[in-house]
Amino acid sequence: MNLDFERIMPSIPYILEGIPITLQVVGIAAVIGFVLGILLSLMKISKLKPLNWIADFYTSIFRGTPLVLQLMLIYFGSPQLFGVQIDAFEAAFLSFGLNSAAYISEVIRGGIMAVDKGQMEAAQALGVPYKSSMLNIILPQAFKNILPALMNELITLTKESAVVTIIGLGDIMRRSYIVGGETYKFFEPILIAGLIYYVMVMILTIIGKVIEGRMRRSD
Amino acid sequence: MIKIENLHKSFGKLDVLKGIHTSIKEGEVVAIIGPSGSGKSTFLRCLNLLETPTKGQIWIKDKEITTKGIDISKVRENVGMVFQHFNLFPHKTVLGNIIYAPMKVKGISKADAEKQGRELLEMVGLAAKENQYPNKLSGGQKQRVAIARALAMKPEVMLFDEPTSALDPEMVKEVLAVMKSLADSGMTMAIVTHEMGFAREVADRILFLDGGNLIEDASPEEFFSTPKSQRAQDFLEKVL
Ligand SMILES: Nc1ncnc2c1ncn2[C@@H]1O[C@H](COP(=O)(O)OP(=O)(O)OP(=O)(O)O)[C@@H](O)[C@H]1O
Ligand SMILES: [Mg+2]
Repeated sequence: MNLDFERIMPSIPYILEGIPITLQVVGIAAVIGFVLGILLSLMKISKLKPLNWIADFYTSIFRGTPLVLQLMLIYFGSPQLFGVQIDAFEAAFLSFGLNSAAYISEVIRGGIMAVDKGQMEAAQALGVPYKSSMLNIILPQAFKNILPALMNELITLTKESAVVTIIGLGDIMRRSYIVGGETYKFFEPILIAGLIYYVMVMILTIIGKVIEGRMRRSD
Repeated sequence: MIKIENLHKSFGKLDVLKGIHTSIKEGEVVAIIGPSGSGKSTFLRCLNLLETPTKGQIWIKDKEITTKGIDISKVRENVGMVFQHFNLFPHKTVLGNIIYAPMKVKGISKADAEKQGRELLEMVGLAAKENQYPNKLSGGQKQRVAIARALAMKPEVMLFDEPTSALDPEMVKEVLAVMKSLADSGMTMAIVTHEMGFAREVADRILFLDGGNLIEDASPEEFFSTPKSQRAQDFLEKVL
């Protein structure tokens, strides 16, 4: 195999500049996904049937269609959807956030269901209102159980974010592709992109292990 | 203190409570006994609205808790409950378990809640354990923490649902001792129990439930020596 990194050396900083862009998209999308995911999961376990239906419908839509399609719908459809043309960055974190909310809500719902029923009863028997019981008693226990699954979702999000290339956002993936086009050498820059994604995922994995270890201590 | 009239509860087609009339006076200790599935837990859980009665009325301190639109959390503040499986919050320390509800619900300061919490832990003999997490405690210790946690809300009534059934035999005593001292201090208590010796010694009255009906309501002496109904006689024959 002959690899020639010399030609693309000068372009490496350009590729690296994609890292903060990828991180920002992933970061904002993760926050949206998490907050909306909690809301959706609470709707799913609600006693009010219409709330169940809405949340289940939402989830089925975002799980039932390709992510890249959702991204394109939101980006190209934004004038019709929101009345303005949003930029690629906004379209990216919006679609990833809305998409991962669907997956995260399922994970959180499972986590809540796995908490012993007696916990909610004990809190309510003390006169603690439902909302506080959920927030202070049930969710902290649920999160402890689902932390590995949430970390997994974040890792998936980081890797999948590469599809923003298609709407022209200058993330790691797109930049390496551009360098390929300019130097007529695609293999090397894309290898570099792969290495960057791999390192990011490894770092996330380690962070996840550390947090998990901390939480184990009260066991 | 508590008045119960024509209390019914059904789960779907299953009638679990079939019209219970009784009352509990202030400072009275009532033991609720009966065969498995007779509705003891359901009866107790209606008293703090963990179950919503299908029919009938319950008053606590002259206030009807079964009216529509009642603030359920407010009712529960005043009625402590101790569960068979403790249900301590595993992510909070012993003291954290105790101070949580008073701070959250009554809005008292952390310092005050901790001071009161330590007094309660002293009372149940666990002052040294305040910083432990529940999973480091024995069953008997867990249950005593659970009692302290319920008392921290300063309830006027305490409900116990088989508080010693999940305990190893050697730990039953320490929990019963705490309950006895609570009874002696004048607390109004309703206790579902299989500990016949304890019921006989501590209770002022025995309620015997069978098949969702209140079959006997008698003093312990009367109930244990001369039970009126055949079903109570059969039951006692089996457990004594
Ligand atoms: N949430 C529920 N849904 C459906 N059925 C229930 C529910 N809770 C209790 N039951 C049924 O109601 C009946 C009475 O239950 P309950 O727990 O009150 O009995 P118990 O006297 O406390 O029995 P045990 O001594 O076994 O605790 C049982 O047949 C039980 O299966
Ligand atoms: Mg029971």
